[in-house]
This record gives sequence, C-alpha cells and structure tokens, in this order.
Amino acid sequence: MTARRTFLLGTITLAIAAVFSGPAAAQNTIKIGEMNSYKNFPAFLEPYKKGWELALDEINKSGGLLGKKVEVISRDDSGTPGDAVRTAEELLSRENVSLLMGCFASHVGLAVSDFAKQRKTLFIAAEPLTDQIVWNKGNHYTFRLRPSTYMQVAMLVPEAAKLNKKRWAIVYPNYEYGQSATAGFKKLLAAKQPGVEFIAEQAPALGKIEAGAVVQALIDAKPDAIFSSLFGADLQKFVREGTQRGLFKDRPVFNLLAGEPEYLDPLKDETPAGWYVTGYPWEQINTPEHSKFLAAYRAKWNDYPRLGSIVGYSTMMSAAEAIKKAGSVDTEKMIAAMKGMQMDSPLGKFSYRALDHQSTMGAYVGRLALKDGKGVMVDWKYADGAGYLPSDAEVKAMRPAE
Amino acid sequence: MTVLSVSKLCKAYGGVQAVCEVSFSLASGELLALIGPNGAGKTTCFNLLNGQIAADSGSAEFEGASLIGRKPRQIWRMGVGRTFQITATFSSMSVRENVQTALLNFHGKLNSLVSLAAYQYRDEAMQLLTRVGIAAQADRPCAVLAYGDLKRVELAIALANRPRLLLMDEPTAGMAPTERVALMQLTAELARASGIAVLFTEHDMDVVFAHADRILVLNHGRLIAEGKPADVRANRKVQEVYLGSGAVYGGAHA
Amino acid sequence: MSAFQERQNEPDLSLSAIFVQLLNGLAAASSLFLVAAGLSLIFGVTRIVNFAHGSLYMLGTYTAYSLVQWFGGGIFGFWGAVLLAGLSVGLFGALVERLLLRRLYHAPELLQLLATFALVLVIRDFALWAWGPEDLLGPRAPGLEGAVAILGRRVPEYDLFLIVLGPVVLGLLWLLLTRTRWGTLVRAATEDREMAGALGVNQAWLFTSVFALGSFLAGLGGAIQIPREPAVLTMDLSILSDVFVVVVVGGMGSIPGAFLAAVIIGVLKAMCIGIGNVSAFGMEFSFSKLTLVVEFIVMAVVLVIRPWGLFGRAQGVPRGTASVEPPLSLPSPGMLKALAAALLALTLLPLVSDRYTLVLLTDILVFALFAVSLHFIMGPAGMHSFGHAAYFGLGAYAAALLFKYALPMELALLLAPLAAGLGALVFGWFCVRLSGVYLAMLTLAFAQIAWSVVYQWDAFTGGSNGLVGVWPAQWLSGKTAFYYLALVLCAGGALILWRILYSPFGYALRAGRDSPLRADAIGIDVRRQQWLGFALAGLFAGVAGAVYAFSKGSISPDTLSIPRSVDGLVMVLMGGIQTLTGAVAGAAVFTWLQDTVARQTEFWRALLGGIILFLVLVFPQGIAGFLRERWEARAGKRQS
Repeated sequence: MTARRTFLLGTITLAIAAVFSGPAAAQNTIKIGEMNSYKNFPAFLEPYKKGWELALDEINKSGGLLGKKVEVISRDDSGTPGDAVRTAEELLSRENVSLLMGCFASHVGLAVSDFAKQRKTLFIAAEPLTDQIVWNKGNHYTFRLRPSTYMQVAMLVPEAAKLNKKRWAIVYPNYEYGQSATAGFKKLLAAKQPGVEFIAEQAPALGKIEAGAVVQALIDAKPDAIFSSLFGADLQKFVREGTQRGLFKDRPVFNLLAGEPEYLDPLKDETPAGWYVTGYPWEQINTPEHSKFLAAYRAKWNDYPRLGSIVGYSTMMSAAEAIKKAGSVDTEKMIAAMKGMQMDSPLGKFSYRALDHQSTMGAYVGRLALKDGKGVMVDWKYADGAGYLPSDAEVKAMRPAE
Repeated sequence: MTVLSVSKLCKAYGGVQAVCEVSFSLASGELLALIGPNGAGKTTCFNLLNGQIAADSGSAEFEGASLIGRKPRQIWRMGVGRTFQITATFSSMSVRENVQTALLNFHGKLNSLVSLAAYQYRDEAMQLLTRVGIAAQADRPCAVLAYGDLKRVELAIALANRPRLLLMDEPTAGMAPTERVALMQLTAELARASGIAVLFTEHDMDVVFAHADRILVLNHGRLIAEGKPADVRANRKVQEVYLGSGAVYGGAHA
Repeated sequence: MSAFQERQNEPDLSLSAIFVQLLNGLAAASSLFLVAAGLSLIFGVTRIVNFAHGSLYMLGTYTAYSLVQWFGGGIFGFWGAVLLAGLSVGLFGALVERLLLRRLYHAPELLQLLATFALVLVIRDFALWAWGPEDLLGPRAPGLEGAVAILGRRVPEYDLFLIVLGPVVLGLLWLLLTRTRWGTLVRAATEDREMAGALGVNQAWLFTSVFALGSFLAGLGGAIQIPREPAVLTMDLSILSDVFVVVVVGGMGSIPGAFLAAVIIGVLKAMCIGIGNVSAFGMEFSFSKLTLVVEFIVMAVVLVIRPWGLFGRAQGVPRGTASVEPPLSLPSPGMLKALAAALLALTLLPLVSDRYTLVLLTDILVFALFAVSLHFIMGPAGMHSFGHAAYFGLGAYAAALLFKYALPMELALLLAPLAAGLGALVFGWFCVRLSGVYLAMLTLAFAQIAWSVVYQWDAFTGGSNGLVGVWPAQWLSGKTAFYYLALVLCAGGALILWRILYSPFGYALRAGRDSPLRADAIGIDVRRQQWLGFALAGLFAGVAGAVYAFSKGSISPDTLSIPRSVDGLVMVLMGGIQTLTGAVAGAAVFTWLQDTVARQTEFWRALLGGIILFLVLVFPQGIAGFLRERWEARAGKRQS
C-alpha cells in the first residue's frame, strides 16, 4: 500500500511540476526545434540524427550563430500528424525555438507544414518526399530539402526513355509516395517516348508485399521493363523473389531510392546488378566537400554515413545558414533569407528556390553492381535537382496564392 | 378461468420426440406442477412455452393469444413472468434496482435517457420486495446475496409485470429443504391472492405434493398422467416410471 | 468500346498462372498458420488476447537470423538455428506467462491484454537495442535455394517446402491434441474451463505449457520466414492483425479452422495480385490495391454469416474470475463536489498555465471523451470494441470534409458527430449480433475497412496524406478559446454519457450485459439496446474526433487506424474498466505519459511499456479503481 501511495503522490507531484514549470528562457542560445519519427523509421533516422548532431558540433565549434550558442531541442513525434503537431506546439511555446525542422513521413510533414503556416513559423522539412509540400499544398513558411518524388523520378526517366522499351510494368507501395512516383513516371516517360505502354500495375500495401505473388503476376504480364518505387523490407522481398523466379532476367529495372545505403546495404550479395536507381554512393564520392564530411562523420561516429546522415547534416546547416544570412531569428527575415539561399553541402552546391521553397539538392543516379559481396552503385552521376523540376509556370499554377 | 391452454404440442430433435402431443390447461390461481424423470421433456416443454425454442406443431394459447413463435420478451409483454433454474439476476445492481429495471420496462419507461432510474418506481419495487420478504436487503448488491434470497429476488422481478401466468423452472433447485418449503408457500400465497396461474417444474416431490393443485407427469415426451396429487400418487404408470426411486411416495426425504 | 481496346493490355491470367498463384498463396498461408495456431491455442485455453504474439514472431525471426550467423551456414546450422529460435521464443513465452500473466488471471477481464500490449512496446525497443535499426536479410535455406519449374514458371523450392510444412504442423498438432493426455486437457480447457478445473487439472502447469507451445509456434513461424523476408522492427504489428484475422475467421481455439482461414486468406491475396488491374465499363479497378484490406473484408463477411468463425463454437465473454462488478451507485455528495472542483480547476487553469499545457490538456480532453465513449460500450454495455477509432476518425474526417467543402467551422464541428453516429449505427447493427472477442474483431474489421477507404480515396479524403488546413474559426483560434471549446464539448460529452448510465436506458444496457437471459425475460430487446448504445458511443467518439481535427489543423488516416483504437483500449483498461471515471484517468495518464516519456530517453517505448506493466501489476483494478477503493475504505472508516 505504501508503495502505491508513494507512487501516486510522486506521479502527481511530477505532473504538477511538469504543468507549471516553464523552462527558463536562455538568452545566450539560439534554440532550434527538431522533430522526427525516430522510433518509426530508425533505419533512416538514426544516421539522420548523427548527421545533424555532427553539423551542430561544427556550428558551435566555429562560434555558433550571431555570437550565440546553438541548441537543438529534438523530439520524437511518434509518427502521427496529431502527435507531431502537439510536439511542434511544445517546441514553440515551451521551448521557444526559433524555427522547426525535421520530419520523415509525408503526411506528418504536411501536417507540420500547415501548422507552421498557422503559427507563422519557419519549417524546414528534411525528408518528406511528397510533391504536395512545396506545390499544391505549399506555403510561405515551409522549405523542403530533399529532392522530391517528382524530381527523383525525373532523374531516372531520361535513362528509361533511352532504352526505348515499349511495355512497362510498375510496382509501388500503396500510398501517396508510390502513387505519385507512378503517376510521375507514366507522365514523364509518355511525354518522352510516345507510344509507350504501361501494361501492369501492382500496388502492395506498404511493408506487407506478398512478394512471390507480385513477382509472378509481373512475370505473367510479360513486360519489357519494370519501374519500381519499393524500398525497405518490401524491396528486399521483391528482389529475392524476383531473382529466384527470374523476373529480372533480360528486363531492365528502375527503382527509386534503391541505391541509398539504408535500402541497398541489407541486400548484400543479392544486390540485383544492373538496376537503375537513385541513391548515394558514399564510398566513391571524391569531391573535397564530401571527403571532408566523410572524415568528420567517421571521426565522430566511427561509422559510415547513410543518405539520412546527409539529410540531417544539410538540414541543420540550412537552418544555420538561414539564421546567419538573416542576421536574426525573426521568422520573416529568415524566410526572406532562405528564398534563393545558396548552400554548400557534402553533395555540392544547391539553393532554395524562391519560387516554391524547394531546394535544388540533387541525387546520384546510377546502376547497381555487386562488389565484394555487397551492393554498390556504378556508372553514377550526380543529377543536380535544378535540372529536374517542372517549368516555373507549371509550378506557379500548382502552388496556392499566398 | 382458463389462463393457459396447450394442445398437442410437439418438438423433435433429430428424430427424437422431446415433446409429443402434450395438451393441458391451467386456470388462474392454480399451481400446476410438471414432473417426470430426467430427459422426460420437462425443460423442452417449458422452453416451448416461454419462447426459448420454437414448436414443431401444436398450439399454446395464453388468454386466447398464441405463444408459439413469439420471442421471450414478447411473451413477457403479454403478462407472463419467469424464474430460472439457476437464478439470473443483474449482478451489478442492487436488489431493488433489479426490480426497478423490470418495473421501468413494464411501465414503458426503459428507453428514457433523462430520468434517474434509481428514483423511478422505488415504492412499487419496495412493495414487491416486501411481498417476497426481502425488503431488508433492498440496497444490497445482488452479487452478495444468499442463494435462497436470490430466488426471492427473481420472484419479485417476475411479479413486476403483474403477470397472470408465472413460469417457474425448478424454483427450489439448489436450496436448503426448509427454504424450499418457505419459498413455495410464498409462491402459493401470492398466486392465490392475485389469481396468478403458476406452472412449475420440480424435482423435489415433497414440494410438488405439498403445494401443487394439480400435477402433470411427462415421460419420453408424452403426458402419462394428470390430476390431483393424490390421484397421481396412486397412478400405476407413474409408479412404474418412478419405480425404485421411491420419490413419488414422498418418503425419500423423510 | 474501350474495354475491348484495353483487353490486350491485361495480364494473361491463364489456368497455369492461376495454379502458380495458388501455390504462392499456400506458401504464404503456411507461416501465417503457424503463428495463428499458437495464438489460437493460447486464447482457447487461457482466454488471453495476446497482443504480444506478433512480437514473439518478430523475436523468432531476429533470433534465427542471429543464430544462423553464429552457427555459420550449412544445413544443420540453418535448420538448427530455426528450431532453436523457436524453442527460445517458447521458453521466453513460458517465462512471460509465469512471471507476468499468472499474476493477472484474477484481474478484471481483458487486463492481460493491457499487459501484453506493454510487452509489445518493451520487445520492440529491445529488438532495436539488440539488433539495431537496419533491416536484416537472412540467408536462403541451404539445400532449398533454387527454384523448380512448374508450368513454365519458376517456383522457389522453399515455397514448396512451406506448402508442405503447413499441413505437417497441422497434423502434428492434431495428433498432440487428440492422442495425448495433455492434448485432451487442452481441448477440455478450451471448451469448458471450469470443467477442466473440476477434473483436477493442474491449471497453472497447463497454462504455462500452452503458452510455451503457442510462443514456440510463433517463434518458429518467424524463424522460417528468414529465407523469405528480412527481420524488421515493424513486423510485430504487421503480422499481428493478420493472425488475429486468421484465428477469428477460423474460430477461436480451432486449429483446423486457423489452417483453413490461413489458406483462404493467403490464396485470396495471391489471386487479387494475380488478377491485377481490371477495367470494365470504362472503370479501372485494382485488385492489387485490394490486398490492403482483403483479409478484413473476409473476416467481416465470415463473422456476419457465422458469428463464431468457420469452425468455432459459441462461447461466453472472456471474463476474469474476479470480475463481478460492484453496483453503479449514484455519486455521493462528496464525489459530486470533487467532480465540480475538478471542473472548476480545469476552467480556471488557463489563468495560470502556459500555452503548451493548454494544448496538452486539449489533447487529454479529446482522448478522455474518446475513452469514455469506448468505456460506455465496453464496460456497462459489455461490448468490447477493438475498432472504436473508426468513429473517432469518421467524426474527424466528417468535420474536415464538411469544413473544406461547404460549411463554416462551427457548423462542421456540430454536424460531424452525426456522421460518426451514422457509421456506428450501420456497423453496430452487425456487431451487436456477435459477442466477446468475435464482436471485438468485427468492430476491428469495420474500422479497417473504413480506414482503407479513407486511405485510398485520394480525390475525396486526401488519401494517405490526409487533409490539411482544418483550422478553427477566428474566434476559436487562440489556444485558450479552443481549450474552452474542448472543455465544454468533451467534458460535456463525458458527463452526458455518464448521466445516461444512470438513466433507465443505462440500466437496460447493464441488464443486457449482466444477464441477457434475464433481460430478455423482462421484455428487454437486448440487441436493440446494445445497438443504440453502440451508436451513442460512436456519436460521442465522433465529437471527440471533430474537436481533434480542428485542434490539429490537419487530419490523416491514422485517426481511424488500429493503433488509435488500441490507444483507446489501453486508456480504458489502465484507468479501470469497472470504474466510471477510469477512462478519464486512463486517458489523462496515458496521454501525459506519452508526452513526457517521449522526451526522456531514446528508448521511451520500453519505458512506457515498463510503466504500464508496473501499473498493471500494482493497480490491476485500474488507477481510478484503486482510488475508488481507497475512497471507499476511508469512507467506511469514518462511518465506523
């Protein structure tokens, strides 16, 4: 009984303390709110966190921003829009952060983006790939770092068109990302290669692909080539079944994201050679900016970077650059600063477009190969995001008026 | 006045005639016992009358209206009350609330979302509890009551719709012998005072012969005897059926 | 017509293709069957709704992966690892039963469910800690790496092995259950627990052994998946709903039923995939997309036609032995004063609290009403719902859609709950025809069907991304104003639901739960009362959902997903299902814990799970239930 009573009393005291203790506002730091679905997507987000922590170290070692130390308040948003919006509110009203950054899943990113608009706060969306976040649901307060679904599809389409295959089969995870990737691919390829046919579509539920049946259905459709936007466990199952059943024999496959270490590395010696992918061949990039990043990352974490690390690092650096350029943490000034802001990143230079707040960060496009029992990208090139966006007029037409 | 008249009631389960051409009638104020050895068809017969199961053929009329094919709750609406072999009460309610719930439905007030049920028909519920002799327990939860008292609660609930017919399945099962007599005494008094017809099944022959006005004897689904206790006791067929048990002679419990 | 032109584009679904898809379906069914058979056994004997069963499956996969690495390749290495993984998970299951669940057999019904839910959280974080975040793709099975040509198609040898394994395990289980004394006891306990107790069965030992066997099957089911799929951290929940569906469709406790159901679902999915896209009358329909929800459609259809699954039998509501509920007496003047004081405190709070506290409290108020509405049907009406989020989500979506397409915010907020109530009226009509776990699973099926519609209907509901821009009207846009709105609607809603329980209608609901037999015999149409009760609860869940939508400014399909339904269950059980205020206490503590704990540590899920386990063990009657006992004890002391 006493244990119970102690527990109850303790809990109540804690609760009351939690309710009434606002944090003391520190004058000598700049606070940045960071939130992500760490527990829902740990494979991508643990490296991501290491990425922004490295960037934060570098920023503070070089004297912080505006003469102040930078502090990142990081939260797990539990992976649902509702919790994410509450978390964002906590970061803003209790921690008094100057801006928000982060997010992985598109629906969470969109919810936070809309919240940022409502609360008139700068939000740098790190990972959400959805095209909507900068286009038809874009807003004044939201910027997005990663090349979107549309951009990455557009990066693959020129190669696909070159092959001049007539009959295409498509497989994609059944949610907005997969649907957009599919729609984008069909539209862009049909424009480049009139007469192309899309003969079969498979849309397995995310994370629950019945790979044997899907592969069989695709074989039965007898396509000349395949476009896939699968990733994670779905991709691994698809590859294994497809290899065993001979789906990929003499059929070119294009797979979005499959060259990212997060999704490529688990395939190990089963990496399907010859696939056309977007990704991140970290061990082969020899630019000075990337070598510097790689060395620093390895020194700090004793691990190699994944694409998530790049995203985390660059998001943090973007936030820092925005504050530096604005010379203030005033939201409007930071937004003004970010419009057209030039960035140096491990992947090279990019900028945030004033038109739609999309960064022009690119992605690596290449083919998969097997080397020493693990998958690597070969024949790759860096596709600068700026070259894979629709025309300004199209973007303007999609984006709601401010 | 005849309250219940049953004629040629039949029910078969997979070729076995559980109840076969049973006919009888019951007048108001009368206590009619339905007896027979295990598997004789008593329970089936009972459940045909209370709507639990549907008859294959035959008729059963209560005050001129057919009971066949009606659901238990419809039969209740016609003015038939019931008690169960194993008591069925609402364990999360007090004794009085059990009766109040039945009263609320009898008065057509059970769908109200507004009134406070605990204050409805309190007095009427207390009167019923007084009549069955457990008014003192009115506020206790049903879950803590002694079994004999629960039987009385059931009786009070069964009386809530002012029934003209009471169907009691093994009313004294599971009770101590002295309690049995008291309960049946009470039932008989209530029936005679209010002119309620009572049909009951019973294992305890002491109870049957002490309280029944008339007795029906079932065997293999058929009615083999019917009459006053003394006639039934003297009936040879009945003696054969109960041969060896000695129960019919009323000596078993002495 | 266009249908003719497109014919040439359609996949050729020849007989041979159908046959090979059949094989694919059977292979998928085998592992599903293994896991489901374990769950079915455990439920049949112990009546525990084991939410951690998917976690046991996941542990099986991870353990097998590690063991294979450790043993090295080779036939013995691989199969030894698979078997040993199953055995270790079986042992783990036995420990869980002995150390944890055993303490809860006398707790109010369904409390074990809460404990197994906590285990899910702990095991998920344990796996993250032990195996890291990356997907782990195991090796192929030595000796079965290749593929066999069947009708011109290559079918993996391992799939053929699985097709054989399913019936073999079914046969072994059948022998075990029919030819051994232990099996006889298991069957007796499945059919009638009390009788088994009366037979002098050592129940403690029986429960432990059944739990061990069930866990072994789950672990083995996970282990044999390593040649087919990687070990990932989300596989626990992704298989859980599938195996529940299989067990329920087959009939809880029936092993052959589980096998048949696994085959039906496995084959049906493969066929949907095989058919792919079909165009008819100018409309395109994707059977492939149907795989998202096909198992739930099967379950709904089966349960509507056969209320106890294919091979199941009628069974009582799973109740703990100590579950006789104390009478619901009118609140004492002291209680009313306390309630009034709490409301007053909530009303005055904005004067002293910061902005975020109001936001958090708004969430708590919303979930409190959601939990109270769930408690309304779970507690007094005795209908366990695993899909209550459907009505929360319907309310939220109705609010968002009415607002986006037509109405001012205030009107949308008021009308939206009607949509939820209507949904509950439709779904409830089917649900109240069932009882116990079957009823619960039918509510889940309807919720999943509703979810999949919302998830897929991009043009109307925004699909998986949901809808944004659902903000309150200007006068309510301040957090304080919105907090008062939430307070009025949610506290008001909870008070109305509580008040209804004291009305004759509420008594009728409890009467139907306590004794359907007696209720029927005093003229109560139990189903009708339950149906209306279900609809009322849906209506008020819809109020909570509508408030939620406007408090967040956006809405997405997860508002009606399984996790949201489970959150509701956790709140009700944590607070104490037998206490009226329990749902509120549970909602407050759970929401606050989630908010606070998530900030404390990287492994916050495990911490949350640990706290729930602690609460379950210390307060089996729930937090509010415990407080009530203290209150009554004190009142008793004062009287004497």
